[in-house]
Amino acid sequence: MSSHYEAPIRKPLVIGDKSYHDITVDVARPVETRANKQWWTVFTIALIAFLWGAGCMVYTIGTGIGTWGLNKTVGWAWDITNFVWWVGIGHAGTLISAVLLLFRQKWRMAINRSAEAMTIFSVVQAGLFPIIHMGRPWLAYWVLPMPNQFGSLWVNFNSPLLWDVFAISTYLSVSLVFWWTGLLPDFAMLRDRAVTPFSKRIYSTLSFGWSGRAKDWQRFEEVSLVLAGLATPLVLSVHTIVSFDFATSVIPGWHTTILPPYFVAGAIFSGFAMVNTLLIIMRKVVSLEDYITIQHIELMNIIVMITGSVVGIAYITELWVAWYSGVEYEQYAFLNRATGPYWWSYWLMMTCNVISPQVMWFKKIRTSILGSFIISIIVNIGMWFERFVIIVTSLHRDYLPSSWTMFQPTFVDAGIYIGTIGFFFVLFLLYSRTFPVIAQAEVKTILKSSGENYKKKRENENHSHNH
Amino acid sequence: MYTFSGKLKTFSIILMALGIIGIAYGFLTAPKTVEEVEAILSEQHHGGHGSHDAHAAPAHGEATAHGANTASHDAHAANHEEHTATVTAVINDSTAHAADSTETHIAHVTEVTPAHAEANAHVAKADTHDAHAEHTKHLEHVLHQLQNKPWAAVYVGCIFFMLISLGIFTFNQIQYAASAGWSPVLFRVMEGLSAYLLPGSVLFFLLLLASSAHLNHLFIWMDADVVANDPLIAGKTGFLNIPFFLIRAVLFLGGWNLFRILSRRNSLALDETGDLTYFKKNFKLAAGYLVFFIITESIMSWDWIMSIDTHWYSTLFGWYVFASFFVTAVTIIALATLYLKNKGLLEFVNTSHIHDLAKFMFGLSIFWTYLWFSQFMLMWYANIPEEVTYFIFRIEEYNLPFFGMLALNFLLPILLLINTDFKRLSWIIVMAGACIIAGHYLDFFNMIMPGTVGASWFIGAAEIGSVLFFGGLFIFVGFSAIAKAPLLVKNNPMVEESKHFHY
Repeated sequence: MSSHYEAPIRKPLVIGDKSYHDITVDVARPVETRANKQWWTVFTIALIAFLWGAGCMVYTIGTGIGTWGLNKTVGWAWDITNFVWWVGIGHAGTLISAVLLLFRQKWRMAINRSAEAMTIFSVVQAGLFPIIHMGRPWLAYWVLPMPNQFGSLWVNFNSPLLWDVFAISTYLSVSLVFWWTGLLPDFAMLRDRAVTPFSKRIYSTLSFGWSGRAKDWQRFEEVSLVLAGLATPLVLSVHTIVSFDFATSVIPGWHTTILPPYFVAGAIFSGFAMVNTLLIIMRKVVSLEDYITIQHIELMNIIVMITGSVVGIAYITELWVAWYSGVEYEQYAFLNRATGPYWWSYWLMMTCNVISPQVMWFKKIRTSILGSFIISIIVNIGMWFERFVIIVTSLHRDYLPSSWTMFQPTFVDAGIYIGTIGFFFVLFLLYSRTFPVIAQAEVKTILKSSGENYKKKRENENHSHNH
Repeated sequence: MYTFSGKLKTFSIILMALGIIGIAYGFLTAPKTVEEVEAILSEQHHGGHGSHDAHAAPAHGEATAHGANTASHDAHAANHEEHTATVTAVINDSTAHAADSTETHIAHVTEVTPAHAEANAHVAKADTHDAHAEHTKHLEHVLHQLQNKPWAAVYVGCIFFMLISLGIFTFNQIQYAASAGWSPVLFRVMEGLSAYLLPGSVLFFLLLLASSAHLNHLFIWMDADVVANDPLIAGKTGFLNIPFFLIRAVLFLGGWNLFRILSRRNSLALDETGDLTYFKKNFKLAAGYLVFFIITESIMSWDWIMSIDTHWYSTLFGWYVFASFFVTAVTIIALATLYLKNKGLLEFVNTSHIHDLAKFMFGLSIFWTYLWFSQFMLMWYANIPEEVTYFIFRIEEYNLPFFGMLALNFLLPILLLINTDFKRLSWIIVMAGACIIAGHYLDFFNMIMPGTVGASWFIGAAEIGSVLFFGGLFIFVGFSAIAKAPLLVKNNPMVEESKHFHY
């Protein structure tokens, strides 16, 4: 797959004097040891948040959507904002595992497992919103085209909300299969190291009897490549379809053709920021600094910077076209964003998304852990506000001034959002103690080409050859 | 070291010569005066207005021919059927024509070319009482359309090849910025082919000057009369005015060329000196260029293509145009590489490099289709009259090129290039490449022609001629430049990886 030769100017991806065994031990350590107090503290907080959110969801469904801050004009607000935000975050996982695989980026290997986990867990959060924001969620199964006793009453395939159903469910299933396939060799490793019969049993089941024969590996790689080739258009189309929810409408501020690629760019942007947030903590907590190096963080920052710039170009394009179009509704939509009652959210979004990633042009900042961590949080705040601004500011003032209004979230809106964050971390924290958080089988394939010790050895050999 | 082969040089010169003949024929056969158009029109009245649906392509080709042959009009007078076809070509956006015609004409016009028609509607309102003035106005308009035809043909050919060379340079810069390990053995091919950017930009700028000097009517917003009568266009003059338009053009073309010259200079200096600072310089230059490019590319597409349909707008447009010329650029790199490899000149290029290029052709073809579909579907779905006319007109009048390009740009490349083994076969890549190049020429044709020549389009002497001319020039300049430096970069820290690249 890769060349037999690596340019000396490439920096090592695995630091320290690592052997294959060291990698195994390092990756298996969090799974084979007991959780410490801090883990339990954080887990408890996340669990409480989750339970609180679940309570809010039950309350909504039991009482009605009227418990939210929505009104007759603004029918979508925090629900769809959170939905798009979570879907967006989920995209980086597939990007890292699929797109970076297609582009043969070896650095992806240390981060792809966790990024994919993040995808799965955030798509699960996203998937809650289409259900709970329904007025009658118990009829949600009606969105499926199933033969029925209403004279085969069917769904209308013209709605992007229906496309969402297919997009999200396909995305979740494919991501799950892609993730699990990659996990097989790693689960097998844990199985082979297990000391208790219980964990032996568990990891035997999870690893599907992986024995690592040459034929298996050959097919494994082929499947990964095919899935990467499928997941790439999938990841683009999923967020595109999410963007169609808005772009197919006739609402000024929503109906704009740039939304599909710009939502995708935004998804990569916020997704990579989230991966950075999680991995910066994870590498420290489970001592994986030798695998998730500063170079990994720097490269993710560069992607944040590039996609942030693409998003910035899209913002400016939208503004310019609103002026150029000569359509006063469109012009007002953007005037309202910048100077209306939600001006603060617009400028918060602009600052967080357009200006903050530009600091990554400075090597000092993009190679600083603290700097990266702060920016990664800022980006996700900004991207939440991007969705909020697009949704709410376009809705609360559109064609008829007589229907202009405001939006005020209630504690239930907030509670559900906090609940999904809690749920996400519950899942992620459980994952980080039970799953191999680094694809050890993959990292082992680059150890000899990109390991620091091997690179040094090669350098010395070349040196002695020259003399 | 490559020497520009005599055969290829002769071939490119023949292409240019044939191209000039075709272009000259296009210009010579276009009507020159209102009188000529009047003669054509009066002739059409003999033919009557029988068939409005006769917008078939061949008829339009004849329209041009008719325009030129004023002297032999009498001879034509006998042939009524032929004239009927001519009528439809000429009247397609004539509001004034309604004065001595049926009302259906107006309906037809409004439906057909919204941008021009609206402008004309104003004219019509002002002049309802003056049938004579109206008639003159109409004649002028028809004249403009028929005169636009050869200009538009040259414009499409010129911008197409200019943007291809820009795309090649951009691909080259992305390889630098991404520290790609597979492509350095192809750098000299890319550097050479992108040399066309300079002459291409100069010629293109001359065309923009010609439009600005009112030698043609490619951009209706340059017509003070139209602007005065069209509040929507008048509202855009803050951006769409000739001095600012030209300043932007100088800035963009100049900037791209400057980056290219500097990058090439550093690359050659690295060869000679082995000083790695040149490599680092080029890395930084590439990052700077890509920022400059993403901004200028968007604005360029609004200026040089979107503003032709002055009433229409689309936020996606800039990225759509980018996808179109970028995939063509990668295709040209692949074809040139195959050509040179076939001559035994690219020692270190193996089927893996070709495979990678083919993957880019494949992937970018899908990417282009994704953007095409996004833009089209969103407008089709929302069906807002202001913007959907853009596609209605294309579907009605440009049906075959509009949907045909989808087959060429999406269907065929997908089917040809999805197989791994196929991506290593020269003849498959040549076939897929031919589809992609032809398809994206059609894409630019579809973007530019409807706003400039309306339904009078035809791929005839001028259109083919300009593709031959600019294609010939591209080959001439590109391969001359390839011959000026060794085909393998030296001292590039990535080149060893590239030489040993296997996939």
